[in-house]
Parts: sequence; structure tokens; C-alpha cells
Amino acid sequence: MTILSPTSIDEAVAALADPAIQVLAGGTDFMVEVNAGHRRPDKVLSLRHIPELRTWEQLPARDDPAHVRLGATVTYTDMLQPDLAQLLPALAHAARTVGSPQIRNAGTIGGNLATASPAGDTLPVLAALEAVVEVASPLGVRDIPVATFITGPKRTALSPGELIVAVRLPLLDGHQEFRKIGVRNAMVIAVASLALAVDTRTRTVRCALGSVGPGPIRATEAEEWLAGTIDWDRPAATTEAPDLAYFGRLVAGAAQPIDDHRGTAAYRRHAIGVLAERAAAQAFGAGSAA
Amino acid sequence: MTDPYSLTVNGTDHQVVDAWLGESLLYVLRERLGLPGSKAGCEQGECGSCSVIVDGSLECACLILAAAAVGCDITTVEGLQPGRGDFTTVQEAFIAEGAVQCGFCTPGLVVALTDLLARVPHPSDLEVREAISGNLCRCTGYGRILAAAQAAAKAASDE
Amino acid sequence: MSDIATTHATKGTIGENASRPDGGPKVRGEFAFSGDLWADGMLWGRTLRSPHPAARIIAIDIAAALRIPGVHAVVTAADLPASVNYGLEWRDQPVFATDVVRYVGEPVAAVAADHPEAARQACEAIDVQYEPQVPLLDPAEAAAAPPIHPDGNVFRQLTIRTGDPSARGPIVVEGAYEVGMQDQAFMGPEAGLAIPADDGGIDLIVSTQWLHNDRLQVAECLGLAPEKVRLSLGGVGGAFGAREDVSLQIHACLLAQRTARPIKIVYSREESFLGHVHRHPARIWMRHSAEADGRLVSFEARILLDGGAYRSSSYHVVANATCFSAGPYKVENALAEGIGVRTNNPPCGAMRGFGAVQVCFAHEAQMDKLAEACGVDPVEIRLRNALATGDRLLTGQVIEGTLPVARVIREAAALPLPPSPEIADPMTRPGGAGRTADAAHVRRGIGFAVGFKNLMYAEGYMDGSAARCRLSDGLATVTCAAAEVGQGFVTLAQQIARTVLGVEDVLLAPADTSIGSAGSSSASRQTWMSGGAVEKACQAVRAALLQHVADRHGIDPAQLTITDGRVTSTDARDSIDLAVADAAPGVVFEEEVEYHHRITHPLDDDGQGDAHVSLVCAAHRAVVDVDPDLGLIRVVQVATAQDVGRALNPLQVLGQIEGGIAQGLGLATMEELTLRNGRILNPSFTDYLIPTALDMPEVLATLVEEPEPGAPFGAKGVGEPPTISSTPAIVAALRAATGKALNRVPVRPQDIALGDGE
Repeated sequence: MTILSPTSIDEAVAALADPAIQVLAGGTDFMVEVNAGHRRPDKVLSLRHIPELRTWEQLPARDDPAHVRLGATVTYTDMLQPDLAQLLPALAHAARTVGSPQIRNAGTIGGNLATASPAGDTLPVLAALEAVVEVASPLGVRDIPVATFITGPKRTALSPGELIVAVRLPLLDGHQEFRKIGVRNAMVIAVASLALAVDTRTRTVRCALGSVGPGPIRATEAEEWLAGTIDWDRPAATTEAPDLAYFGRLVAGAAQPIDDHRGTAAYRRHAIGVLAERAAAQAFGAGSAA
Repeated sequence: MTDPYSLTVNGTDHQVVDAWLGESLLYVLRERLGLPGSKAGCEQGECGSCSVIVDGSLECACLILAAAAVGCDITTVEGLQPGRGDFTTVQEAFIAEGAVQCGFCTPGLVVALTDLLARVPHPSDLEVREAISGNLCRCTGYGRILAAAQAAAKAASDE
Repeated sequence: MSDIATTHATKGTIGENASRPDGGPKVRGEFAFSGDLWADGMLWGRTLRSPHPAARIIAIDIAAALRIPGVHAVVTAADLPASVNYGLEWRDQPVFATDVVRYVGEPVAAVAADHPEAARQACEAIDVQYEPQVPLLDPAEAAAAPPIHPDGNVFRQLTIRTGDPSARGPIVVEGAYEVGMQDQAFMGPEAGLAIPADDGGIDLIVSTQWLHNDRLQVAECLGLAPEKVRLSLGGVGGAFGAREDVSLQIHACLLAQRTARPIKIVYSREESFLGHVHRHPARIWMRHSAEADGRLVSFEARILLDGGAYRSSSYHVVANATCFSAGPYKVENALAEGIGVRTNNPPCGAMRGFGAVQVCFAHEAQMDKLAEACGVDPVEIRLRNALATGDRLLTGQVIEGTLPVARVIREAAALPLPPSPEIADPMTRPGGAGRTADAAHVRRGIGFAVGFKNLMYAEGYMDGSAARCRLSDGLATVTCAAAEVGQGFVTLAQQIARTVLGVEDVLLAPADTSIGSAGSSSASRQTWMSGGAVEKACQAVRAALLQHVADRHGIDPAQLTITDGRVTSTDARDSIDLAVADAAPGVVFEEEVEYHHRITHPLDDDGQGDAHVSLVCAAHRAVVDVDPDLGLIRVVQVATAQDVGRALNPLQVLGQIEGGIAQGLGLATMEELTLRNGRILNPSFTDYLIPTALDMPEVLATLVEEPEPGAPFGAKGVGEPPTISSTPAIVAALRAATGKALNRVPVRPQDIALGDGE
């Protein structure tokens, strides 16, 4: 039994040539499984000591639109720091709802993606922003859009030998937010969550749902309908209450919720519609400031 | 078994030999290094009773693979240093304000509040509540703990 | 908060906010909890548990488990040398299942290995062949169903009849209510260390509520004389009723006997949820009738408690639920029927409030319905019906002690209300960190509730506690087997000794079975029972000291007294004035006593009798913000007034009140073990949610001090009342804010948002 703690991405990728090795980032999912006896690692690759994975940078528009590139082990607490939070407010909202301060200090964006829990808190934000996952292997680096990266509950498009090294998120102009329902007022797994991002440049609305399907769900029909009703020259405070409610119903219709011990399917569908209506009201309703 | 490794806990290097790879930092602290102050309440990062400070960051020791913490600077409740007397200001406040009942959550809360007050010397009630929202207490309903946090902040600023 | 002025120069006496003697070690992480113990050559024990709610065991093959490196022993029922059953009050529970399993989580085997991981692998390697049976899961069917245990399916059926139950007032309200399965969810999982002794006996250090009862059960199952089984209290990380029943005690001792090595067992959180009893889920129907002004005329109740697979304390939980089913209200005509049944669900037993919690949720909903039907304010209707000294309980017992029901109602109602809904920080709205609600989505409600129950055990139980006091040159040492589980008995014991003896240095000897039983740390009884024992022991020592001084001075000891830490004479001519520490140099005074409360009596066929020692009450007013569309909740404030008799340590009383309210809030809004086919779906802190610091409201508390005659220092136990009426007060506030019926706790978001469960 061995543990490898490389200090560079190249070393880490080289280590992944061993198919038995298991990748450990923040440990907040990995160690829960180990402690419960559900995961018995023989070889572990720890990313804790790779400084370049813990950094982020803002890249100006060139060939791509302006975006932020987050290293895979950027933590939830990192996402809450003001300089990053002001660039990606919905991501910061989502990060603040993750577990506890202790979990936010340890858990990482790459880990949230790799675990691919239907309740992963940042995943609706990544889906709404159409983030791109950078994956490295001895063969090189490839980009995988989040929409195809997550293939099902706790399933991803990651191939053996591949490592998540970064996530790229576009910088949008427009209102962004994240809301999450839990039965407790802190430290709780989402019963339903929703990310809304407005892009005034492309005149689109992106809305993604969490905990109401096998993975994050884009409510595309609702997005397009709402984008089509907005007066994009004057988007703030122009959408009427009935339209907001209709948007909520469309979003609820996009959900694929199930019954489990955390909530009923009927409640999840209802609640996600309420969240959608409220988020849209913040963006476009009376008193909004988008 | 893993190869022997070394952990830096409370400023001291400790050798860990004949360990199973899956052992958490919490297990190694408690069962191998003779530091049982960090408590095992859930082993899922949901109770905060094993809170430790790793490289300046508050984390749950149960969620850290011990062998992956080589090279980290780890501080446990046993390593909190009183400025004077027998207790730190946070510890003193816990005793004086009646924040201790069964005491199982206490070490984790003491570590969490020590971390908070180092970053935010005068936290609001809401800031304290959010900072300890990952530390479950079943005895106190948190009222005396919140009082202790404010008393400790005041004592620290009076010094 | 009321501070009792003390005339003692001695510091840390009764009435002061004395600090806990274990506070220093606890804040430094130096206090040894039972899970922190370690011994040379120690092995790790682990339990294999049933995955089925009902199954026949065809065969158990342990060979593969024994072959795993590091495994030293595997034991099953076949290895028990003597009794194969245990149980808190009645021995109906197998130490290990033999021919059948009756709930998911029932122990089947235990292993000992040199590492927890080896022990885990050994449990996985034990091959148990089960033949699953159809489980009995619905408590409503249990009484009539074929017995799933030789002792039958009914733990107790109790009927209380008084006056003319068919009498009717003009106003009638009825309702059906349900309480989900709450868990004590203490923070420190079950743990113990069993060490085989040279004399063939066992030393067991364990976290428990009742050392001597554990000892008896271990001794019976190991075939040892009780004195060969020596228990001492390991640090206890909370209890709340869940440590009254034996969990790992017998398993650890059997493995220690078998391997001749020390055995440590520490439950994981999941095993803790499987390995201790829970609060009984309840289905309750009630009908009240009243005069037009709201004065009660009749009361009827049917209470069904699901006791799960084994009896534990179900027999007495049924009694409490039935006896206190009408709440602290006067009613002349009543018929209350309680039944507790056996099912293939997880066993239920003691939890803080012990039966009174379930019925309080129902009777307080009924009182609100009655208030509405009569057009009377909810506080006023409770005042009009409030029980008082001299009134009769449903059981016919005349209340002889204090029971200031009207006063706690008035005092709670008089506490200030919080400011109007805060819009400053979204974190303070319902939904908290999830920031689901904007200010306009929030509605506020206020609710009120009152509850009561008895102190100590009942129905003729001969309860007692033993204590020893030793005084030597001003240093007092107190020995008592009362289990300190966090409640602060150790503080009170010191305060009592200081008060009686006038010394400040009071050591507490470890709690163990070297002295007589102190009874259980439950039923809000230790302040009275073991506090009484400590007081009596200290008084005996004080008398001996005064006799000694009197003899030396040739005077009548009746003239001597201890005041302000000094022995003085009431007769000025004696000119005796000695510090207690110097009053008898080199002389050791030691006295051991037993304390008993007054005798109680069983209930007769109509549920009538003087069954209870003393009663205690509290009122709660809750202010709650609700997001009705999402069904999310934030409790803003809970104001309470509690009957405490006399506050021996007001700060500790406040800690009990706030902690008890947190558990009541949990039951109202989030805490439930959810079952599917008898299996707990959420045995973890990820999914069994208890309140965090962001869920707890501001708490305002008034301590109502009317000393209880016959109680040591006039003090009543304070642990349970905060948990009884806080739940219904919060739910009443939710009803006020939403207009929903909310007849079930915990209230789930869908109950508010979609009207589920109505």
C-alpha cells in the first residue's frame, strides 16, 4: 500500500498510469467512504501538495470570451474570497451552502465534479455557466463541457488515467444567483437547488437545477421562453408576475425528481418552480437591478 | 501497511509506523500519537468534533487521510497555547459562561472559535453562528457557547 | 434569571453559578471519554447486526472470519455462559440473536481483532443464512397480530377512568396526531473498555446512565457474581435516555472473558443509531369538551406507542404518556387509553420527556383548537384550566407539592417579543444559508404551549441513591455512583457539600460500583435523589464533626453550628470559633448513607393511585418565521418560564433549558428516523439532522422558584420540561403563520408547502 504526494501536475498525471491508484483531493467524499469501509484504497494519489492546482486566474477575452480558470483543488472557501466571488457570484453563493466551514476549507471544485453527486452544490452553477472541464492524461489535455462530463448519478466521462486539472467558467454580464433548499438552515444536503445566470451580451438566460435529477439539469425550454419575453434593452423590472410564475412552471416541468428520505418528488418539483420564479424575479421582476 | 511516515503535530514530529493506509488523521492522532482530544463523533465531517487546524485552515481530522498530511503543520486542541495561566481566552470563556456540558463537542468548538477569532477578532452573533455551524452540540442549544465566543472576543481585546 | 443571595462566605455553594469541576479538562481535550480509553494488549471489538427486520437464522458460519489475520475471537449466542437475554426492566432481549432476528440492527455476533479494520473485515466474513419473514411493521396491527416474541406483542395497556367520561360540554374538539421517531443523538458514540481481571471477574469502564443496572445484566449473562463485575464510569458524551439500556457492555465483557485481553468497543455513528433505543413514535387521538368559556368538561385520549422489537422501558413510557395525556389542566371526567406494542421496528425506550413529549404535542394542539372554538385567547384558556396544588391529576392523585402552572404561563407570556422580521441578512430568514427566501416571502407566527410531567420513577418503585462523604482537615471527598452525563451533577454535588460542610475543597471520587447504586441519571431525578444522598451524607459527617468538637469542649453539640466555614457556638460563653479545616486536626470523618423519596403506589384497574413523587411544569412561547411557499422555517425566539423549585445553579439551569429547547425544536422541525421496511434510512449526521447554531433561536428564560416541600433544598429536576412543551409551541407558531393543520411532527417542508399529511 502506498501513497504518492506529487508536487506537480506532470508527476500526478504520470502516476495515474497505474490503474489501481485512487485520486484524493479534499477528502470530504473520499474519506467518508474510507471511514465507512466502502472504499479500501491500496494506492492513493494525493493532490494536497500541488500548488498549481490550488490557483485561479482571470483570462481576458481573446479567442475565447473572458473567463476564469480555476485549478482543480481550489476550495469552496477560496471561491468565497471577495476577488473571486465578485467575478463568479453564483458560484460563491453555492460554495457558501456547502457543508460547514471545515468542509468548505477542504472540499474542492474538482472533487465536486469527480464525485458528481446529484446534490453536488456547485454543479448547477457550472452547468448554467456552461463550464468546461480540463482533463489531463499522459496522452495530453482535453476539454469536456460540464454537460457531457456528468453522465449520471456519481458517474462522469473521466477515463481511467485522467485527472481533472481545471475548470473554465465564462465571465458574464448580468444577474447571477444560486438558491438551495435544505431542511436545516446550514450544513445540509440539497433537496433542490437552482442556479440562474443572465448573459446580457448574448441575451440569454441560463438556468440549471440540482438535486432534482440524475445530474444537473438545464431548463432549456424555460430559459428560451424567458429570454424571449424580456425587453433586453431594458431588462430590469420589466417582467410581470404572471410571466415569472409561468417561468417557474416551465422550470418545474424540466425537473426529473425522485422520492427519497430527504424529500418527495412532488415537493422537489414544486420547490424548484418556486426557486425559479424567485430567481427570475430578482433578475427581471419589479425591483430587480439586472 | 504503509511505509513509515512522519506527521508534524503541535510543533512536534511524530513517526507513524505499521499503519493501515486508510487511517484518517483523526484515528492516527487518537490511537497512535496519544492525542485523544479530537473526538470521533461521526467520521463524516458532519459534527466538527475532530476540528483541527491544518496549515492555518480549520478542517475535520476525520476527512484527512493521515498519510497525505505529511508535511502539513497540524494543530490540535492539545496544542493551543495559553497566553498566560492554564487556559486560552476561548477555553477560559467556555468555563466561565457555562458553555460546557458533556464536553464531547467542546474541543472541536474551542478549536473552531480559536480559528474564527484569529481571523475575525470581533465577530457578530451571526458570524459566530455561521463559523460554528459545522460543530454540532447536543447538550447546550449553543446559547452559552455563543456567549462564550463574545466573552472570549472581549477578553482578547481587553488584553 | 434569579440569583439566590447566599449568606455563605464559602464560595461555590448552593444557588451560585459554580463552575463545573470537569470544565478545565474538557476545554483542553484532556477529559477521558469512554472512547478515549486504551490498555496494553487491547483488542477492538465489533458487532455484526441483522440486515432484516424479521428472519429466521438458519446457520451462522464464523470460520472465514476466524481466518482473517489479526482476528482473535468471534462470539455468538452459543458462547454465552449463562443468561442469554438482557433488558432494562424485563429480560426479553437476546444478547445475540439465536433462532430469529426481530429488527434491523439486532446483534448477531461480535468479533475481537487487533485493528478496527480487521474487525470490520471479520464481521463482513461471518456468513449468516437468514430466512426472511414478513415483518410486523404497523403498530396498529400489532395487538391483534400473531406474537412475534414469546412475551407477546403488547408491552402494556393502561386505561385511566375518572368521573363520567360520557359527560359533554357544549364545545367539542377532536384531532388525530402523530409523532415521528426521534433519536437522542448524543455526540459521543457508545464506547467502553472491558478488562479481564485476575480474580476471574471483569472491570468495565463504560459510558452509561446507570452503572449498577448494567452490572447486574452483565453479571447475569456472564455467569458471574455481581461483585466480580466492577463498572466505572467512562466520560459520557451526552445521554438523554439512550444510555439507560445496555448496548455494548455484555459484548465487550464476553469478548474480554473469551480472549483474556482488554476489549475496546467504540460504535460508529451509524452503529450508534442502530444500537440504542429511540423515542417512541406515537399515534394519538384526543377529544376535549368544554363549557362555552373554555373550562374543560371531559377529556378522552387513545395513545398508541410503537415500542419496536423489545420492551426496554416501554411499560413505563405508556404510563407516563397516559397519566399526563391531558396536560397540566383540571378535568373531572376522563377516559385515557394508552397502549405500547411490539413490532419489528427498532426498539424504543427512554428519551428526555419520556412519553410526556408525545402527548404534549397532541394536548396542546387540542387546547389551541378549543381556544379557537371558544373564542378565547390561547394563553387565557390555559390559565382557566391550569392545575394547581390541591387539584387532582387524571389518576386521582392530589397534588401536594408545588405546581405553579398559572405562574409559568403568565411569566412566559410576559417576556418581551423579538423585533419585527429582520430583513438585514438573508441568512437569518427561513432557509438560512441556502438563501431561498427574499424578505417578502416570510410570514411570522407566535405559538404557546404548556407541559408537565413527574420527577423520579413512579408506581411504587423503591428508588434510592447511596453516597459517602469523607472529611479530613477541611478536605471533603464525596463518592456517589450517579452518572455524570453532561447535566452537571458533579457541580451540584460539590455545591451541596460546600453548603453543608462549610468547606470549599470538595473532591469527587470516580463514579463506580464500589458504592451502592445511585439509580439512573434519568427522569430528572439525580438532583433530588443523589443530591439528597450527598446532602444526607454530608449532614452525617457534619454531625460527627460537631459531636467531636463538642466532646473536646465538653459541651452539647446542639449548641454548635457551621456558619461561613467556621464552627461556632450559639452560646456566646463557649467562645468556640474554629475554621472547619482546623476543627478536628488529623481526624477523619466518614459516613455512607442511602436516600429514598417518599413511597408511591401502583395504579389500580381504573388507572387511579398515588403513583407520582413530584410534578414539574414549564411554558413555552415560540416566535417563528416561515416561508409558506417552500415550507422552510426559522425559529426566531423561544421564551420560557420553568418551574424549578429552587435553582441550585442558575447558569446550569439555563444550559438545560437552552439544550432542551434545541431538542424540542429538532422534533418540531427536522428530527426523524425514517424507516422503510423496518430499516432506518438515515442513520448518520448527514441525514438525521439536529439543529446547528444557525437553527437555534434566541432563548429568554424565567426561572420560577417555588421550593418543593420534601425535595433537598426545594429543588426540582430541570432537564426534561424544556423538551416537552417547546415542540408544540413551535408548531403552534407554524400553524399561526400558515393556517395549516400540521398534525404531525416533525413538520416537513411539504407539509407546509403542499399540505401533505393532512
